[in-house]
Amino acid sequence: MPDWFNLTALYGGLMIGAAAMILWFGIGRIAGVSGIVGRLMSGPRDGWAWAFVVGMLIGGAGYLFAGIGETPVREGMSPVLLAVAGLIVGVGTGIGSGCTSGHGVCGIGRLSARSIVATCIFMAVAAATVFVTNHII
Amino acid sequence: MNFVFALIAGVMFGFGLALSQMIDPAKVIGFLDVAGNWDPSLAFVMGGALLITIPGFFISKRLGKSITGQKFQWPTKSDIDRPLVVGAVLFGLGWGLVGYCPGPAMLLPIFNPAEAMWFVIPMLVGLWFANKLKQA
Repeated sequence: MPDWFNLTALYGGLMIGAAAMILWFGIGRIAGVSGIVGRLMSGPRDGWAWAFVVGMLIGGAGYLFAGIGETPVREGMSPVLLAVAGLIVGVGTGIGSGCTSGHGVCGIGRLSARSIVATCIFMAVAAATVFVTNHII
Repeated sequence: MNFVFALIAGVMFGFGLALSQMIDPAKVIGFLDVAGNWDPSLAFVMGGALLITIPGFFISKRLGKSITGQKFQWPTKSDIDRPLVVGAVLFGLGWGLVGYCPGPAMLLPIFNPAEAMWFVIPMLVGLWFANKLKQA
């Protein structure tokens, strides 16, 4: 097995998929984080959207406090770069109507051509960006 | 009932993001660095999720209604328009720059509070602004 191989990524992915299906089969809503958080910013601020975000924080905290795995904390990243990146991630997922979960997990899951195109574009642009920052600059 | 389903789904979603290491930006950038020392493991995250969601959405088409009796809110747009493409390009750029997409970003108050305030607040402002643009 290559050294990057681990099953936790697969287990995590299966959990994310199962979570998306609980929201879908339960209340008929798409588990797209940018969509749900966007609702909380612009309305309608439904109770279920708050519950999902609070649940995410509980799940993340549960992982951390259960001491299941190492979670390295990055230091020294430029605050300006973080803020610029945060802004364009927000604007981009807002006008593009989805992110890795809404387009990637749910959109491809329902075989939407729009989501397949969006996912290919944001993955390719992200990889090209990393190529520039890691190998050129 | 909506609250209960959303809370359970959120807990599993947040735990899954952490377990899969999507919350580690070094890991994410390693996955995106196809020309360098490529770490393909995060492909298993989306792959694993799709193993569940593809059959799930397929089955739901036959079901017609959710467990609580509410309609499935199928997204209605089907055309590949300019906002979709421009939005995906911008998102990819921001994701590649620092390694956070919106899901992991919402967990930053837990996993990296110092970076959370710098990244998450602008992201929220960006989402709000984009929604304004779409309504205009």
